[in-house]
Amino acid sequence: MKLPYSWLKQYVDIDITPEELEKRLFSCGFEVEERIELSAGISRVVVGQITHMEKQEGTDHLHVCTVDCGEEYGRDLVISTGAPNIFDGAKVPVALDGATLPGGITIKKRKMRGVESNGMMCSGQELGLTEDLYPGAEVYGLLILPEDTPLGADICQVTGLDDTIFDVSITSNRPDCQSILGMAREVAALLGKPLKMPATDYTVTAEGDDSIRVQVDAPDLCPRYLAHYVRNIRPGTSPRWMRRNLALAGLRSISNVVDITNYVLLEIGQPMHAFDLDKVAGRHITVRRAAPGEKIVTLDEKEFTLTENNLVISDEEKPVALAGVMGGLNSGISDDSRQLLFECATFARDSVRKTSRALGQNSDSSARYEKGVDQYRTELGLRRALHLIQELDCGDITPTCFDCGGDNTPAPTVVTATPAQINGVLGIAVPADEMKAILQRLEFTVEDNDGTWTVTAPRYREDVEGYPDLAEEVIREYGYDKLTPTFLKTAAVTTGGLNGAQKAQMKLKRLLCGQGCFEASTLAFYSPADLDALHLPADDPARKVIPILNPISVHLSIMRTLLAPSMLKVIVDNLKKGNGAGRLFEMGNVYLPKQLPLTELPKERMTLCLGVFGPEEDFFTVKGLMEAIGEAFGVQLRYERDNVCWLHPGMTASVWCGDVKIGVFGKLANDVTAELKIAKDEKAGQNIYLAELDWEAFSGCVPSLVRYKPLSEFAPVRRDLALVCDEAVACGDIEACMRDASKLVTGTALFDIYRGERLGEGKKSLAFTLTFHADDRALTDEEVDAAVRKILKKLDGMGVTLRS
Amino acid sequence: MQQIIDQLTAQAGAALAAAGDRQSLAAFWQEYLSRNGKVAGLMKELRNVAPEERPAAGKIINECKARLTADYEAAAARIEAAELARRNAAEAVDITLPAKRRALGGLHPITLVKNQIIDVFAGMGFEVYEGPEIEDDDHNFTRLNVPRNHPARDMQDTFYVTDDLLLRTQTSPGQIRTMDAEKPPIKVLVPGRVFRSDSDATHSPMFHQMEGLVVDKGITLCDLQGMLDKLVQALFDESAHTRLRPSYFPFTEPSVEVDVSCCECGGKGCPLCKGTGWIEVLGGGVVNRKVLENCGIDPDVYSGIAFGIGIERIAMLKYGINNIGLLFENDLRFLRQFQE
Repeated sequence: MKLPYSWLKQYVDIDITPEELEKRLFSCGFEVEERIELSAGISRVVVGQITHMEKQEGTDHLHVCTVDCGEEYGRDLVISTGAPNIFDGAKVPVALDGATLPGGITIKKRKMRGVESNGMMCSGQELGLTEDLYPGAEVYGLLILPEDTPLGADICQVTGLDDTIFDVSITSNRPDCQSILGMAREVAALLGKPLKMPATDYTVTAEGDDSIRVQVDAPDLCPRYLAHYVRNIRPGTSPRWMRRNLALAGLRSISNVVDITNYVLLEIGQPMHAFDLDKVAGRHITVRRAAPGEKIVTLDEKEFTLTENNLVISDEEKPVALAGVMGGLNSGISDDSRQLLFECATFARDSVRKTSRALGQNSDSSARYEKGVDQYRTELGLRRALHLIQELDCGDITPTCFDCGGDNTPAPTVVTATPAQINGVLGIAVPADEMKAILQRLEFTVEDNDGTWTVTAPRYREDVEGYPDLAEEVIREYGYDKLTPTFLKTAAVTTGGLNGAQKAQMKLKRLLCGQGCFEASTLAFYSPADLDALHLPADDPARKVIPILNPISVHLSIMRTLLAPSMLKVIVDNLKKGNGAGRLFEMGNVYLPKQLPLTELPKERMTLCLGVFGPEEDFFTVKGLMEAIGEAFGVQLRYERDNVCWLHPGMTASVWCGDVKIGVFGKLANDVTAELKIAKDEKAGQNIYLAELDWEAFSGCVPSLVRYKPLSEFAPVRRDLALVCDEAVACGDIEACMRDASKLVTGTALFDIYRGERLGEGKKSLAFTLTFHADDRALTDEEVDAAVRKILKKLDGMGVTLRS
Repeated sequence: MQQIIDQLTAQAGAALAAAGDRQSLAAFWQEYLSRNGKVAGLMKELRNVAPEERPAAGKIINECKARLTADYEAAAARIEAAELARRNAAEAVDITLPAKRRALGGLHPITLVKNQIIDVFAGMGFEVYEGPEIEDDDHNFTRLNVPRNHPARDMQDTFYVTDDLLLRTQTSPGQIRTMDAEKPPIKVLVPGRVFRSDSDATHSPMFHQMEGLVVDKGITLCDLQGMLDKLVQALFDESAHTRLRPSYFPFTEPSVEVDVSCCECGGKGCPLCKGTGWIEVLGGGVVNRKVLENCGIDPDVYSGIAFGIGIERIAMLKYGINNIGLLFENDLRFLRQFQE
């Protein structure tokens, strides 16, 4: 909110600098987001008087003037100007040699068409002035100052540019501060100064009109509706002080009556509207819900079709205003208006917000209503507007007025509290007297009954509910710097830290880091197109996604059911940036609806995704990562060939722990890879591996207890076997067969694979080192030989023979 | 005899001096000191020496043997040392060649910061609770005293998946879930992903927060500041401290915005803190009595403090990251820069 320093000073005698005020406001909860100095960028611009002027030779529009800027700056400066409105004796702003003007302009002594010019005479606009800020500022030519302006005076002081505007951020619990007066009240309390209330007195000078009627049909959305009839409107321009204040706060002056409503909006924080009563059919105002399909054209000439959720002000025929948002074009004040009805109302903030949002229409009024307008302001606002009508002499006030809801105004909040309770919230001992003084400065009344206080909040403080609010008021004024940090001195000792499951996750992450993987963090939502990219069929379970009702864009519109699409995007992004190889992992939830549409919270399953790419990687380096994970948690994993549409049909494995499927991994399917937006010739880009593992399922398989197994006294015996079989025979099947054949086999380790002409087409040779061991005895050669024979016999049954 | 011995000694000395490797050394030993060697031969010659001269002759032969043996051993040691030196020289490597190892990976900076915060509070006895990311309106708003018509509920800020279910906008629902499950004393941290429909250089539609909650007897605003002082000291440096100033959150009263003394300039004022010496890092306050009541905790007996901290914000400050998007791009060149 824009808070002009000079306007603020009309209500409080501020005896500190704007810089100091900014600091004080900040410390009591009002952050100044920007402090705008109107004089910013202006230096060495002073008042001068043209004492002599003559046409410059050889030009058609330049004048060479002699300018008197007073003793200090020179009595006879020669300055050229092209301005058309100069005259002998005119007092004008003079930018001296070395002066600066807004926009980073520097004025230097220079030759203009052969004549040395010692500065520049300025227009109002060159100084950043507007007509509202300073009359005459927008004429074509120089800014002509009043005759009595002192020579050599600083132009900022003379034109009111020595002012500051604070752009203050108001927290949503303080709608009462959404006005100059509201902030003035805070400043007065802060500085311990009296608040000078704006005048609100007026006298009735014209006859009323009994034919006017006002009624509220929707009191739930409009708890208070005040209206007052003003006759003999005399449209005109507003006085200079009003135009200036409006301009400082960012509003343009329109005409006296409209300016009054805007002035009250800014000053009191009360939105107002003025209806041209000649345009109100039946002279009858009704506040009601709109009929479905009803239409209104607002002052800014936009048409809206309404629903019964929208509150309107209507006459006997049509809506004439969108309540709290904007007036209708059909009933607004114009230069021809002769009589008006002021509306000053309290509308429910939720109603205004919904209407404003639904129609995409907002205004200074709706902004105030959305934050909350209290009835104290409503009453004050109307009186202030009537006073201003009289002060500006632009209408005659009648006795005809209406107050709907006035007999049902909310009572001020009363809080019972003790100083000890208040200090109990804060943790320090603020003296009771000090507390009381602070509360009273903030216009709370405090009634002391033997140490128990009955505190009545001012009517405009609808945010106050209990003693913690009083504690906040006290510390806000007393100063947060008076708190002494303590360290939970009354709290019970508790144990803390991560639980087992949380520690396991960290262990997994660190393990993967040790394996060269970097942790990624991606968004939890993506697009259906990301699932399409994996060629997921329509009936794939992962297509059962939770859609976001109001996504930012379709790219972020569904909750993910797989991490792999996110990981794939990360890999593609890295490849595009020239990162040709890498290992990445992410742990995150997938969101699995029990049914759609959702009727209860979905299942959120913690999932681990791995993404591995680059020329050095292959299926088995990724399998190595699986093994490392299994080993780290004492879980024996096994693998089965599997089919997943987004993985290579020949390089996909599901990972199992016993009968529990943990997940899948493999090479990205060739057809998926082919569609990636990466350079096709890059080797790394063709070598992408993904794994998606159900962390919860895996965690369930982790043995909880480790028990020591006695070490065997007997050394194992090792034998190497070179076997020959068809290409199609899986190594894992051979190993399983060998283990099955003899209990003495405790290890099978492949150490070589050979393919060659001597073996024949379609054959391969696998060489294993077998380990034989028994816990209870040293094995003899005969025993091991017998075991090997059993193994070979069993292998023979699956077409595997000893290589000769 | 003496003459023979002198001759032999001279020969042997020359042979030994000439021996440059193990083979010639072995040959020397064979020739002079072995059982059939020349020294042993001298012993056999004793038979031809007059009996009265034999003891003296024997003595000088033995002396000769001892001398040759000692010389032999010295030569052996010399040759061995020379051979070792040769081998070492041959095996020497260029130690500046690159190491053979798999490069380490690393945790995401968000995880690093999250772990640092957890470390600080775990030491103070805080447990860690992680609640659901898809929440209901009741936990995310209503019971946190966010009234029906509060702007935070607006569709502009919150992602909804049904009328009642939404992506949590804050980790604060973790407060409610904790207080439903446990009674005081409570000290809990709630880290997690949160979601708001906002996206620019400083906002991501998903980001991470860490909620902290203490509920016990006699907990005050001073305790909040004391606790947060410890946090910022651990996150930034020993001299870091906090400043509280008024703010508004529906679930705390009083509510405070917490600034930390600027980690870049120590409070003197610099571009990072925009010359103020302070950086806004988190929000918190004394738990609103209504929130305690909503969880069945008697606010006349217990009081609480709570805070919520943006992990990305801290990570960006700590590591000097100027665009939040970098944290979600996962560029390996970026991720490689962070180690614990």
